[in-house]
Amino acid sequence: MSDQKAKVEMDDLVAPTAGLSGGVRSSSKHDSGPKHVAGEAVYIDDIIEPYGTLHLAPGAANIAHGKIKKMDLSKVRSAPGVVCVLTADDVPGVNDVSPAHTHDDPVLPDGIVQFYGQPVFCVAAETRAQARAATKLAEIEYEELPAVLSIDAALEKQQFVAPPHVMKQGDAKSALAKAKHRHAGRMEIGGQDHFYLEGQITFAIPQEDGDVLLHCSTQHPSEVQHNIANVLGRPANAVTVEVRRMGGGFGGKETQASQWAALAAIVAVKTGRPAKFRLDRDDDMVMTGKRHDFIVDYDVGFDDDGRICGLDIQYAANCGFSADLSAAIADRAMFHTDNAYYLGDVEIRSYRCKTNLVSNTAFRGFGGPQGMVAIERIIDEIAMTIGRDPMDVRIANYYGTTDRNTTPYHMLVEDNVLPELTDDIIKASDYRKRRAEIDAFNAQSPVLKKGLSLTPVKFGISFTTTFLNQAGALIHIYQDGSVHLNHGGTEMGQGLFIKVAQVVAEEFQIDLDQIKITATNTGKVPNTSATAASSGADMNGMAARDAAMTIKNRLIEFAAEKYGVAEVLVRFVPGKIIVGDVAELAFADLIKQAYLARVSLSATGYYATPKIHYDRETASGRPFYYFAYGMACSEVLIDTLTGENKVTRVDIIHDVGRSLNPAIDRGQIEGGFIQGMGWLTSEELWWDGKGNLRTHAPSTYKIPACSDRPDDFRLELWSSGRNVEKTIHRSKAVGEPPLMLAISVHRAIADAVASVAGHKVVPNLDTPATPEAVLYAVADVAKRMIEQSGQPVSVAGE
Amino acid sequence: MVHATGSFRSDIRFLLGDEERSLRDIDPQMTVLEYLRLSERKSGTKEGCAEGDCGACTVVLGEPDGKGGMAYRTVNACIQFVPTLDGKQLLTVEHLKSSDGTLHPVQQAMVDTHGSQCGFCTPGFVMSLYQLWLDGGEDDRGAINDALAGNLCRCTGYGPIIEAARKAGGVAANDAGEQKRRADVAARLSAMVDGAGTLALEQPAGRYYAPQTSDELAALLVQHPDATVLAGGTDVGLWVTKMLKRLDPIIYIGDVADLKSVSETEDALIIGAGVTYSRAHDALGQVAADVGELVRRIGSRQIRNAGTVGGNIANGSPIGDTPPALIALGAKIVLRMGDVTREVALEDFFVTYGKQDRQAGEFVQSVIVPKPAEGVVFRAYKISKRFDQDITAVLGAFAIKVIEDKVADFRAAFGGMAGTPMRAAKCEAALIGQDWNEASLNAAQLALAKDFAPMTDMRASKEYRMLVAQNLLTKLFIETNTPEIATRLVGKEAAHV
Repeated sequence: MSDQKAKVEMDDLVAPTAGLSGGVRSSSKHDSGPKHVAGEAVYIDDIIEPYGTLHLAPGAANIAHGKIKKMDLSKVRSAPGVVCVLTADDVPGVNDVSPAHTHDDPVLPDGIVQFYGQPVFCVAAETRAQARAATKLAEIEYEELPAVLSIDAALEKQQFVAPPHVMKQGDAKSALAKAKHRHAGRMEIGGQDHFYLEGQITFAIPQEDGDVLLHCSTQHPSEVQHNIANVLGRPANAVTVEVRRMGGGFGGKETQASQWAALAAIVAVKTGRPAKFRLDRDDDMVMTGKRHDFIVDYDVGFDDDGRICGLDIQYAANCGFSADLSAAIADRAMFHTDNAYYLGDVEIRSYRCKTNLVSNTAFRGFGGPQGMVAIERIIDEIAMTIGRDPMDVRIANYYGTTDRNTTPYHMLVEDNVLPELTDDIIKASDYRKRRAEIDAFNAQSPVLKKGLSLTPVKFGISFTTTFLNQAGALIHIYQDGSVHLNHGGTEMGQGLFIKVAQVVAEEFQIDLDQIKITATNTGKVPNTSATAASSGADMNGMAARDAAMTIKNRLIEFAAEKYGVAEVLVRFVPGKIIVGDVAELAFADLIKQAYLARVSLSATGYYATPKIHYDRETASGRPFYYFAYGMACSEVLIDTLTGENKVTRVDIIHDVGRSLNPAIDRGQIEGGFIQGMGWLTSEELWWDGKGNLRTHAPSTYKIPACSDRPDDFRLELWSSGRNVEKTIHRSKAVGEPPLMLAISVHRAIADAVASVAGHKVVPNLDTPATPEAVLYAVADVAKRMIEQSGQPVSVAGE
Repeated sequence: MVHATGSFRSDIRFLLGDEERSLRDIDPQMTVLEYLRLSERKSGTKEGCAEGDCGACTVVLGEPDGKGGMAYRTVNACIQFVPTLDGKQLLTVEHLKSSDGTLHPVQQAMVDTHGSQCGFCTPGFVMSLYQLWLDGGEDDRGAINDALAGNLCRCTGYGPIIEAARKAGGVAANDAGEQKRRADVAARLSAMVDGAGTLALEQPAGRYYAPQTSDELAALLVQHPDATVLAGGTDVGLWVTKMLKRLDPIIYIGDVADLKSVSETEDALIIGAGVTYSRAHDALGQVAADVGELVRRIGSRQIRNAGTVGGNIANGSPIGDTPPALIALGAKIVLRMGDVTREVALEDFFVTYGKQDRQAGEFVQSVIVPKPAEGVVFRAYKISKRFDQDITAVLGAFAIKVIEDKVADFRAAFGGMAGTPMRAAKCEAALIGQDWNEASLNAAQLALAKDFAPMTDMRASKEYRMLVAQNLLTKLFIETNTPEIATRLVGKEAAHV
């Protein structure tokens, strides 16, 4: 079938097709670029409001845990401009927006407050200012209950949002007992706010029959649709969700949009007026979930070469008050315990702690970063214990190709490119020479110290919940040959829309500007998965290509029949179709002819990721279609008097397979790296003793600024990049993996801290490495060095 | 009524791009951002935080430079109130394209470098880049960082935007077309407001006065001693957007011409209360390099273009960046009520947390900053989680004079260590008259622990605050005794002058 043939040809493409503007492999510009820079790109708050639009604002609890004894909202109701006030009683259907059907995420709580800042009522008024002002007039009495505000407290109470989970290979306990060297430790890993520049927003417009259209800034329109239908007590077909673009998502709009969408929908249906809910930044940061903070306890055994022979590791994730996606997130931390390394006999335990804090959620990497930052610290500690360069210990532990190649979840690693990639980056970054230079610098610099670290990333690609790995698309071609493209993926800035359009341009061999990119809409493509897990281009690209090929095959069949040539002789080349040696048609002309001949010019497309399966009961299978790889070498400078730190140089080589769009991929890698750097350095979430988040705005929560980008930043897409699996044009997912390249920054800071004691004392550096954390680590290392002095430094193996 | 020297008027007059606006009956605390998005339906300018920290709302304000041209600067529209636009030109991202639809060079550069991803921060970046372009362009990374420090991007990692800044270049200083355009705008603005009287809004939505002279201001404040004095609005703006306060009346000092000058005597700098950080920057940098470096790190370009040194003092914050440095330098402030002025040592102005030595109806008129005496070394160190645009956890400022290895004079002032910016009296006493050596350093550090009992909050723990404050003395010691040792991650230049 031409279908199969076309696929093989496309997989062989290594460079952009000559004569085609905007096919795959070209660095096409973001489709919205010219609109972004002119202020013409329409975000939800920019949609012109119909007359009578209402505005919502949330009324928040000021305790972390307790019963609502009395809620007097009379002053709220009578405040200027207020049209309606919602409480849990006003939810017409099911009062729940939990994404995984755990029924623990109320739209508004029914009697029990579970975290400080939880919305307990909601106001709709004529203006946003009126709604916000009215929320301050509530009189609420609580009966406070004991609040669990830390992971340790939840562990002590054995209070979980989901059952503990174990993953194992071999017998870790006896392997550890036999190990020549052992090292145990504990690491605390901080959370992270998404800080998408556009906060949560939904604009609900009532329709006839009590239906509702929601313009919602969400990565998961289908879930919002289904949740809001449940909340309204209506079937899913009563709700349509549309999203043209988000002002950033990063996982924070995978499940977190539903609550605001639900409230806006209730108001719209109840009042018959359009209703907009745009959270103020501070409310957004207080009321929506973040990256999970973790505590990791580990005990590792290794040999004289630093090769790991046994690992016992325990993760405790702070999930907040509800399950949300925490089970899958905590699972992914377990899946990435190995990062790039064969762990031998290993036991991984995971606890999903329930606390009286906001419910944590998806964030770029989805638990993977927490797993990986722990193992990278363990590797560094092994290296320091045996007095080896950490890079050599990393190499010694890499997965093998024929043996030492099973993961803790019993999947064979079949596509490991790290040995080759490592050679390339060691050379490109001049790692060995710089290591010596840094040692020399540190020897003569008593205040400022440099650190260096080179770390790998191996990240599993696929939703680990297997059924989510499906996608749909819809393509129409109009009579003039212009193409309307739609699919289930959402655009949050990552360039998904342009990549998928490039795939379609390539398929039809038409220029990109003939394709209209359109808003994601549940009325066009149903039952979609979230744009998440880095899978957007992989899955929607395939689905769109499937739709395009359906139409293309109809066109081939039609042209072959009409011109009396064999189907294989009908060829799509840039801008035209060659029909054997009989005819040459412009794309638009063929379309016109096909229309007149009553050939359907509209098709859906569908894709389900092959090969994957996973049995969670036994924690074994092949959850990932393939792995994405990359490496980063970071150099930092720290101030040992203040703990201030700065990244001075970064070298990155990342494997994107054969890139669909190199410019877009570079943007994902750079942006992901800097975002990861922020997570591990300056971004600190700080709650006071009452469970009140005090870092709830950019004035107190510090994401990287322009000057934090290292002056010397070298990034290469790996020239040997490839994908052994038949992904869309053999590209690789790129959304999440680069975030974890930034682990090299944290490790480099630890390296600089360790230099204070000649790398003889392992620093206890948690994340984020704020100036305070670094200064304490420096002081701690110095103190322990003094304690050790007078006796030989214990280097294991001697 | 208003004690104006001339007449007064009740409409706010400005140019929105090239279009004249005359607004009446407007809520004086409506922000420029709300005005643009809701009244003008210009939705290109975005709200990211409504507190002047993310830059998505960045717009460019122009006003006549007094020399026939225009002076332009970026500000955060989310915390500026509409009446402060009076007499100015407001430019937004919608004004940059040419009439035939061609993108402005800074816009085109952003497209070409793939400088936008989600695009939500982009209009703000474009306006900061446009300002850079208006100023002639910039190639130096440090200068670009400074220009963009107030614009947060969560997607790109900034690389392509820095590249766009370099690529876009700037308008030539002698570009005749640009000069003529600016002269025309300046002339139009002058025609709109010069001699048209003092802006005084007395309306149900709220009262707002923009006096033009100190005398007028003094009279207004005597008449309305409970008024909110508005300067740059970088703090007051948040009272409205975050605390939802009603401010009535507002007295704006940004149009008081005689409060906007920086003058110099032989031994001091006199900074009018209406002088922005940006305008004071160079002069303060001349007083001591570290003061200049400190000012560079206050807020962002947008904040420094609006916020004033006077406001930083008058609002009494325990973590304002200029007070510790000014206290260490021995600064005084001039306060005025009615016709009476008095001078107060800055350290005495801060009484306790939330309370300053300022009477109702009194205002800060100017700040007198003494130049360091011969032989005095001045150092200031700002410690925060992020180098740029962050609020200080601990700030240490030191003026030390060492004669023949003995500490002849020492003034140490800290921010973030107490409820007010404060001198470390015991620490100073421990050093003065002593040899400047490790023993006296240790004594001074121990004394510091008796001077302060800092608190724990989201910026730092009390333990860290004390430890780092003590370590800053070590840093001072090293920088004064062994200047060849590298001690700075940023502001390296300042450490060696």
